[in-house]
Amino acid sequence: MTTPDLAFYVAATVALVATVLTVTGRNPVHALLYLIVSLLAVAVIFFLFGAPFAALLEVIVYAGAIMVLFVFVVMMLNLGDVAQQEARLLAPRIWIGPALLSLALLGLMVWLLWSGAPQTPLGAEVTVKQVGIAMYGPYLLAVELASMLLLGALVAAYHLGRGE
Amino acid sequence: MGTVTMEQGLLLASALFALGLLGLLLRRNVLFVLMSLEVMLNAAALAFIAAGSRWVQPDGQIMFVLIVTLAASEAAVGLALVLQVYRRYVTLDTDSLSGMKG
Repeated sequence: MTTPDLAFYVAATVALVATVLTVTGRNPVHALLYLIVSLLAVAVIFFLFGAPFAALLEVIVYAGAIMVLFVFVVMMLNLGDVAQQEARLLAPRIWIGPALLSLALLGLMVWLLWSGAPQTPLGAEVTVKQVGIAMYGPYLLAVELASMLLLGALVAAYHLGRGE
Repeated sequence: MGTVTMEQGLLLASALFALGLLGLLLRRNVLFVLMSLEVMLNAAALAFIAAGSRWVQPDGQIMFVLIVTLAASEAAVGLALVLQVYRRYVTLDTDSLSGMKG
């Protein structure tokens, strides 16, 4: 088994474990932490499959922006007793799971950097340049439609989210 | 070069999708339902990336960008709805939200 193969299996295992813990979790914030770890693991797999642009977007937009939206809404809902949550904040049982899974991903990254693995381990790289040329060439209409979708979502979220 | 093929990527994508679908069907908390939807969208994106890598075409990554756009819109509107529902009914349980007036 070569280095990239092992990296794929480790990342896939982390993604599956984190997703199971997301779906079966009790506390929404803990489930969100596991979901973020799962997205990071999938980003590693994107990179291994030779799609660095998608891996970047997965981390920045998916794990960054969309998950922060979830965290904000959970905080606005204010479920449960805050003082009690603060007291339990430092209990290892809460943070040890996501921390261990993230540590596995960090170890994977360091190991891939140090082992001198090929730059696109599991397939030929599709560069950002190719993606950009195709996106603003044949897919221009789809990009315009996506921007209209975002505008619609913005207006809808503003309308639904405002107070009485 | 590794020996992992597109089929293994698609297998992982279908496993993640099945997990998301199970969560969507089994959970009764609206927040967990939305999270399961994100998991399913992410699995679909993984399938596109695996296929795009197999044929070395940029189309897979473009579909990924469109899926992220869709996921962001869905999360924004869905979470705004969750806020409204919680403000009116003070619960996130889909069973107790199932009744509609009028």
